[in-house]
Amino acid sequence: MPKRDDLKTIMLIGSGPIIIGQACEFDYSGTQACKVLKEEGYKVVLVNSNPATIMTDPEFADKTYIEPLSPEFVAKVIEKERPDAILPTLGGQTGLNIAVMLAQDGVLDKYGVELIGADVDVIIKAEDREKFKDAMANIGLYVPPSGYANTLAEALGFADELKFPLVVRPSFTLGGLGGGVAFNKEEFTEIVTRGIDLSPVSQVLVEKSVAGWKEYELEVMRDKKDNVVIVCSIENFDPMGVHTGDSITVAPAQTLTDVEYQIMRNASLDIIREIGVETGGSNIQFAVNPEDGQMAVIEMNPRVSRSSALASKATGFPIAKIATKLAVGYTLDEIPNDITEKTPACFEPSIDYVVVKFPRWAFEKFAGTDTSLTTRMKSVGEAMAIGRTFKEALQKSIRSLEIDRYGLGSDGVNDIREELLNDKLSIPNQDRVFYIKHAFEIGRTVEDIFSFTKIDPWFLNNIAQLVEFEKNFKDCGLKNISAEIMLEAKRFGYSDMQIAHLCNCREDDIRSLRKKLKILPTFKTVDTCAAEFEAYTPYYYSTYETEDEILPTDKEKIIILGSGPNRIGQGIEFDYCCVHSSFALHDMGYETIMVNCNPETVSTDYDTSDRLYFEPLTFEDVMNIVEAEKPKGVIIQFGGQTPLKLALRLQNAGVNIIGTSPDSIDLAEDRKRFGNMLKKLNIPQPENGTALNEVDAVKIAARIGYPIIVRPSYVLGGRAMSIVYNEENLVSYVKNATEVSNDRPILIDKFLERAIEVDVDAIYDGEELFIGGIMEHIEEAGIHSGDSACVIPPYTLGPEIIEKIREYTFKMAHELKVIGLMNIQYAVKDSMVYVLEANPRASRTVPFVSKSTGVPMAKIASRVIAGMKLVDQDFERVDPTKLDYFSIKEAVLPFNRFPGADTLLGPEMKSTGEVMGIDPEFGIAFAKSQLSVNQVFPTSGSVFISVSDKDKDLIVDIASKLIAMDFKIISTKGTGDMLSESGIKTHKVLKIREGRPNVIDMIKNGEIDLIINTPEGGSARSDGYYMRTAAVLHNVPSITTLSAASALLQGISEMKNTSNINVKAIQDY
Amino acid sequence: MLEDGKVFEGKSFGCDGEVTGEVVFNTSMTGYQEILTDPSYCEQIVTMTYPQIGNYGVNTEDIESSKVQVKGFIVREYLYHYSNWRAGKSLDDYLKEYGIIGISEIDTRQLTRHIRESGAMKGMISTETGDHSELRSRLDSFPDMQGRNLVDFVTCSEPYRFNPSKKDYKYRIAAYDFGIKLNILRCLDSAGFDITVMPADTPPDKILESDPDGILLSNGPGDPAAVSYAIENIRSIIGKKPIFGICLGHQLLSLALGAKTYKLKFGHHGANHPVKNLDNQEVEVTTQNHGFSVDAGSLDDINITSHKVTHLNLNDRTIEGIEYPEISAFTVQHHPEAGPGPHDSRYIFNRFVKLIDDFKN
Ligand SMILES: Nc1ncnc2c1ncn2[C@@H]1O[C@H](COP(=O)(O)OP(=O)(O)O)[C@@H](O)[C@H]1O
Ligand SMILES: Nc1ncnc2c1ncn2[C@@H]1O[C@H](COP(=O)(O)OP(=O)(O)O)[C@@H](O)[C@H]1O
Ligand SMILES: [Mg+2]
Ligand SMILES: [Mg+2]
Repeated sequence: MPKRDDLKTIMLIGSGPIIIGQACEFDYSGTQACKVLKEEGYKVVLVNSNPATIMTDPEFADKTYIEPLSPEFVAKVIEKERPDAILPTLGGQTGLNIAVMLAQDGVLDKYGVELIGADVDVIIKAEDREKFKDAMANIGLYVPPSGYANTLAEALGFADELKFPLVVRPSFTLGGLGGGVAFNKEEFTEIVTRGIDLSPVSQVLVEKSVAGWKEYELEVMRDKKDNVVIVCSIENFDPMGVHTGDSITVAPAQTLTDVEYQIMRNASLDIIREIGVETGGSNIQFAVNPEDGQMAVIEMNPRVSRSSALASKATGFPIAKIATKLAVGYTLDEIPNDITEKTPACFEPSIDYVVVKFPRWAFEKFAGTDTSLTTRMKSVGEAMAIGRTFKEALQKSIRSLEIDRYGLGSDGVNDIREELLNDKLSIPNQDRVFYIKHAFEIGRTVEDIFSFTKIDPWFLNNIAQLVEFEKNFKDCGLKNISAEIMLEAKRFGYSDMQIAHLCNCREDDIRSLRKKLKILPTFKTVDTCAAEFEAYTPYYYSTYETEDEILPTDKEKIIILGSGPNRIGQGIEFDYCCVHSSFALHDMGYETIMVNCNPETVSTDYDTSDRLYFEPLTFEDVMNIVEAEKPKGVIIQFGGQTPLKLALRLQNAGVNIIGTSPDSIDLAEDRKRFGNMLKKLNIPQPENGTALNEVDAVKIAARIGYPIIVRPSYVLGGRAMSIVYNEENLVSYVKNATEVSNDRPILIDKFLERAIEVDVDAIYDGEELFIGGIMEHIEEAGIHSGDSACVIPPYTLGPEIIEKIREYTFKMAHELKVIGLMNIQYAVKDSMVYVLEANPRASRTVPFVSKSTGVPMAKIASRVIAGMKLVDQDFERVDPTKLDYFSIKEAVLPFNRFPGADTLLGPEMKSTGEVMGIDPEFGIAFAKSQLSVNQVFPTSGSVFISVSDKDKDLIVDIASKLIAMDFKIISTKGTGDMLSESGIKTHKVLKIREGRPNVIDMIKNGEIDLIINTPEGGSARSDGYYMRTAAVLHNVPSITTLSAASALLQGISEMKNTSNINVKAIQDY
Repeated sequence: MLEDGKVFEGKSFGCDGEVTGEVVFNTSMTGYQEILTDPSYCEQIVTMTYPQIGNYGVNTEDIESSKVQVKGFIVREYLYHYSNWRAGKSLDDYLKEYGIIGISEIDTRQLTRHIRESGAMKGMISTETGDHSELRSRLDSFPDMQGRNLVDFVTCSEPYRFNPSKKDYKYRIAAYDFGIKLNILRCLDSAGFDITVMPADTPPDKILESDPDGILLSNGPGDPAAVSYAIENIRSIIGKKPIFGICLGHQLLSLALGAKTYKLKFGHHGANHPVKNLDNQEVEVTTQNHGFSVDAGSLDDINITSHKVTHLNLNDRTIEGIEYPEISAFTVQHHPEAGPGPHDSRYIFNRFVKLIDDFKN
């Protein structure tokens, strides 16, 4: 069937900011969808609040609305654009939920908008766990016995009947939010209460636990002629009980016979038909009892999901792209398979390699939270690796994570704690696989380890095999390691680094020995068909075999190093830059080669670059590619800190790094050298010093005076950075400091209190400087740039400050010999401009700047790096300080996933993503940004205020404004008295230790609608802490800086009446 | 070593020794036990493109015949340890038990690409000598696949009823055994047939005597054109009884009717081939296992009956199914019984029931 021509305009709803459980995989799928719809000649209208996405680039849609993803705002867009249809299945849970709400509110009918792909009933039938279970019963499939509760009482009822352990899962939430496994009444009560709270329909599923069963996922596609194919099967290494997003997963399924696999396949066909997903991709999860093979259906996602992104990268079958074509009327047999060109897409990929996905967590940033892995997803990113065996892929996936591990152990790191062994085996956690290996090393058996972990013996045996193999290295030095052993090691996925540790020598020794022994990697193609047909898409992975498939080309090549797995501090923004770079260089006629290992991203889409290497970003792996491809140059400034870390070694190995030189990078990163440079340029910097031990730390602190800000060198996202108010805290900090980034010195700066922070993104070509963005932060310096809201254009800075900033920026760019992008953070205090840091690389804010000014920074920088001067490039030199509208970036914080962690913002970055609000009115732009992070601030009610002494003077003004907006003000004694003195009426409440009912009780009773609490420096577990964590639990918005509070005031007055807020496509600004 | 002199070295598992056969690759990611026991692989050495084989061991149920049929087995990695609740023993023990040589640690992707480019060819696995010229000479002495009748190796010696205990069945059919897969019998059985399996060389009148309601022409190994007696026998039953042919059976009937078959470059061996059902335009993901195919052009040479192509392979447009209304017969090239593979085409067994219904009135 041909595509539908009754549709003209199609609307896509994006998934919004990167949050845990919903990351860039939806930029990948959304971008694919936009591309397809445009190619097919439809007018594309896109709504997404996330500026860091490729899909929100102006050229990907005809009308791009960077507006809040709430039914109300999406409705505004519908009213304006009048789309014929909405494609709801590519924007993750967010897009799906909004589509459902719009349908239920009658908005879709009102404007005659059709849902294509899946209609409302279908979505609800799949998403509503109760309806879903009934549907499964209809087709005779087993689901664990369960019941639905809207109240705790109901839930407890089921508990008696079903018996513990029980699993609690809220309806319509994402990534298992609010769910968990309960082994007793107490846990149960807690989880259920939270779950009902978090479910948009305040409903939870109470289900018999099948923890320990094998967990599987199938990716299914269906077209409207009812052709159905399975794209990929995935088997979880971690059995049921650990969220798939937190599980190590393997494709294809490893331990199912064809008979059992076909049973699962047939079930999937029945399910997608019963649920009635008309066209597109769905993800279905199964559990299988390892004792007798009994199969249970866990859930279905009637949309493109995290796993479909993984499946697409794992097989080369572009699920999102094809789902879109199906949605507009094509059928599977009409769509060609891009990779083989000759064969159609209505087949089931056959792969001849093993894929392992390994999650990456960020617990170190959320002290105090429970770090065990449960049914609630906690990982912030993931890496995927391809190998010819599970062993090889597993080891590659671990070294792809960039957690300073180079494979499954034997890499010099030993943080095993014997006494915890059994707990670490039985309670899922981020180090479990390392403990499993250790268990084998001390002679424990597969049976024994299985009994603790319930991980399939086949996986365990593979690990046992590695342990067995390593015995070959026992007291074997570099001398006597044979070619056979070396080759076998490489075929088992060992990195040179691991082998070096195994025969105690240096990585370079192994590398050169390997070359001498002619043991070199071969590259194989991902081709969807296990080599049965010729492949035309150069999508490669490395392994150690006899045949190499790379075809030589005569074009000039440039390699772009990607940014690896998402983590806090380094996420989609850097992928955005890499992708832009690839596009720009391709247009200049270069052959672009992307190297990355993050399956969620656009950069790892096989048609983004001319060639794609799905490989870890370690020195060894990158060198292998460089040696195979012999590129003109390698670009390292777009992938965040990941490629920067490799810069010097690559250069020393003779690699031509293009753009800013590794030495300049070092000059900027090495605080001493950087400090001297600033002195030379006489640019002020907060007083500072570098301490190698406690003693000089204390000395330096004494010299520059508290408060100070301390950090280890070479970190991103302000890792382990903190503000220290006195000697005692300093000492304890230094004691722990060595734990972070191996014994590098500790940097101490004078902490500038109440300074305005400013971010600058600029491009320099050696002669001309282009300043693309000057962003004024809303939160004061001291809150990590990644966590604070910021505004283009600056809204309080005077012209002379801006001038200084321009001048300093030029001086530094010139002195650092920057070629390409650079990012500088300034702190402005009492009309002095201080430099906090300069990063001669793409920064987190580049996409935001590009979206708000319309200048494609990363592309321009790429051309500069390739040798094209700015003068020779024509683009509009927008002055970011002179714009007639405001763009505000706001950060999204994951605290609701880490109960117990302090929500206080500081110099260590904690946000996972960002949104943008744009409007001619500052207040409205801010309101939009807040609505986009689901901070629905009250427009009336009670505000609790408790501020530190240093803030007391400034709070008065804020309080009186609140009164003026007829808010009721509640406060503790200190703040209260001070406010009353200034004639502001407040209601007193007890502090936590003053007895009860106290402020916590009020929060719990929902008597507080907004909290303004600025912390007293220093003390960790203060009242503030308990208050803020309580606030998170009962989702009461809380603000921890006054600057944010005053911006909010402007926002609130706007939010009082959102109906008259307008939406506008960025193409129209 | 391959016919063209290319040599691959690996580690042996299963039993030791030396074998020669036609080297083919199979792209199924599951179902190695079914593949090993499929009689259609007689005289062939099978390479699995999926690199990890043996993971779930072997059991007593997932078999397509009473023994391992492949001559040799080539994989990338064989791990002795297996895991599955139905598994009885390891693949290694299984191959030893049937005296089959397996070889692992081979770059099976390279081998597959080589066969794709150069076509299926003879090859030999040896644990005895590494001496190339020695291997060479032994390899050359081995006959070619084309023109070779392999049916005699695998057909049954005596007629037998598949499910003797079966009481209530709709129709009684006779199955010509050219190397029939058990799963075909299982599927026919559950479709309500009582099946008597006959040796390949059973004379037609003997079959017709027993007056079956229909006749199945089974799958089987090798070159259909080489099984001349079968073609003869089929000629003399045409039109007398409803006929259903699968794989080799499909090819044999077309030959009996005057069409031609030809050798495919490297055959179809896998479980992911899209086949379009031209009646309802739906696509079936099918199991395939054949090295020869019916020549579309030669169909016009069929004169005793009209014919209609009912199924088409969407990868290479080869014929997957033909219907012959006047002689109430239909045949398919792919394997509706799967084993291993998707069950999309199972409905075809009911078409046989329908065919007999129509024939009767
Ligand atoms: N009955 C159960 N017993 C044990 N674990 C379960 C059960 N149901 C779900 N889980 C675990 O919880 C995880 C999340 O459940 P799921 O239904 O997939 O929710 P989500 O929508 O968050 O993916 C699953 O991946 C599985 O590991
Ligand atoms: N001397 C200082 N005074 C006040 N705030 C500072 C100072 N140094 C750093 N900060 C705060 O710490 C945050 C992180 O510091 P930064 O040097 O940018 O580390 P990163 O490399 O992680 O971005 C900054 O965004 C800023 O808010
Ligand atoms: Mg799930
Ligand atoms: Mg910074």
